[in-house]
Amino acid sequence: MLAQEFMRNALIAGSVVGIACGLVGWFVVLRAQVFAGDALSHVAFTGALAAAAFGVDLKAGLFLATILGGVLMGALGDRTRADDVVIGTLFAWTLGLGVLFLSIFTTNGSGSGDNGAAGVRVLFGSIFGLSAADVRMSVILAAVAVVALAAMARPLLFASLDRSVAAAQGVPVRAVGLVFLGLVGLVAAQATQAVGALLLLGLLAAPAGAAHRLTTRPWAGVGLSALFALGSVWLGLSLAYVFPTLPPSTMVISAAVGIYAAAMTLPGLARLTRVKA
Amino acid sequence: MLTSTSSVFTGLSWNPAHDVHELFTFPFMVHALAAGTIVAVMAGVVGWFMVLRRQTFAGHTLSVTAFTGASAAGLAGVPVLVGYFGVCGLGAVALAAAAGTRRALSSESAATGSIGALALALGFLFVSLYHGVLNGLDSLLFGTFLGITSGQVQVLLVVAAVAVALVAVAARPLLYASVDPDVARAAGVRVRLLGLAFLLVLGLSVAETSQITGALLVFALLVTPAATAQRLTTRPLFGVVLSVALALLVTWLGLALAYFSIYPVGFYITSLSFAVYVLARVLA
Repeated sequence: MLAQEFMRNALIAGSVVGIACGLVGWFVVLRAQVFAGDALSHVAFTGALAAAAFGVDLKAGLFLATILGGVLMGALGDRTRADDVVIGTLFAWTLGLGVLFLSIFTTNGSGSGDNGAAGVRVLFGSIFGLSAADVRMSVILAAVAVVALAAMARPLLFASLDRSVAAAQGVPVRAVGLVFLGLVGLVAAQATQAVGALLLLGLLAAPAGAAHRLTTRPWAGVGLSALFALGSVWLGLSLAYVFPTLPPSTMVISAAVGIYAAAMTLPGLARLTRVKA
Repeated sequence: MLTSTSSVFTGLSWNPAHDVHELFTFPFMVHALAAGTIVAVMAGVVGWFMVLRRQTFAGHTLSVTAFTGASAAGLAGVPVLVGYFGVCGLGAVALAAAAGTRRALSSESAATGSIGALALALGFLFVSLYHGVLNGLDSLLFGTFLGITSGQVQVLLVVAAVAVALVAVAARPLLYASVDPDVARAAGVRVRLLGLAFLLVLGLSVAETSQITGALLVFALLVTPAATAQRLTTRPLFGVVLSVALALLVTWLGLALAYFSIYPVGFYITSLSFAVYVLARVLA
């Protein structure tokens, strides 16, 4: 399996995306901002299509749109909680813009032959079709995201757990929230260009959800979340390699959701049997 | 799809009455306007409660499961309608189970996200197993208001009537349970049952609307008019009426604009409703 170059590229890119998503995802779930992450992956989709429609570099459009989208959501959002209505409203408009760009892109004929295929590729990704340059880029971006997260981890944790106390202690909670959403945007963009918007949502929500279920200790949870994400990527990619008809992104998500479902049910079952015994 | 109309397309004249008359000349446009009107009324009503209950993420996830349902039906060879309703119903039950655990907000957020990701992943799996659908993937996701048959309009009308009637019957306890679940429970309202029932109605509306607007654009009609209405008024009945009125307005304007231009209807509807929302935020 490791002899194939496309498989090595997929594993390396998938691993760094998994680690970045797992680490950031733990905070995303803690702050109940999974919806924001999901919306950002669609912003990435619109950004890429906009770049395609205007003939600019796809990645430039994708990153610009996603990071801007993250900051905008943070700025428009409520002060006290993750405002799902604001996210939903922005989200709906973003999708409408995406449709516009898709139609400009396809009617211009610049995408001759692969009309909707471009959109489908952005949405679902093609992790088995990555070049060495793609891999290098996703490693660098993941490293940037992880370093940035590590730098802001303590104030972010404080601000997420108890906003008002953190604010009283002098933590700039609003700025921290904005920067964090920008960071989620960066991870979303990085994951989308490497593995598609679909993988992003699953890797952001499921491993972190499982980790939160299993432990309340922050650093153990963050580590566990990254570990779960990494494990799902490896398991999913191996399954997709063994069964070529199954799309790799589906397999990775299935593995991640499987881990989540296990984490939701197993502790309860264990408690149940202990009570009986 | 819109380019096919260009053979009969005469463009805007300076006579508004003539332009409005032209909108109703072609059967496809009459069907589109009828379908749009039905969908807007239903989305305005159901969406108002969705926004009140802060279940926007759940609504989005249900629209994703509608896509899964359509692709599953394509693969299994059963009517698309069965796929839509079956899978959306399953999705609603799963979401209600996730929300019903009544743990922290963060746990619900993670569960909803995981359900959405799984639904999207399965949808993609079905599409790739059944190669035939892939050409229609764009219209599954983004929909088409054009090419709607009169039969579809009738089905739409029945489903919308059922959904709105269900919401109307449960309106008072639902409002109670949405505004203050704890007090409502103490007063004997079956809060969890209502939550499940509401998610099922939401799934029904989303499944129905998806066929016309596509899975992704349901959202524009569900969320934005309702969010605008709730910014403008806190009175429930007035808010629902306002939400329906706004949904109708953007749907009609969007369809008319799309008819007279080359850009897709989804873009106009989402942009118009977003513009109204921004206006409401700035003014109110």
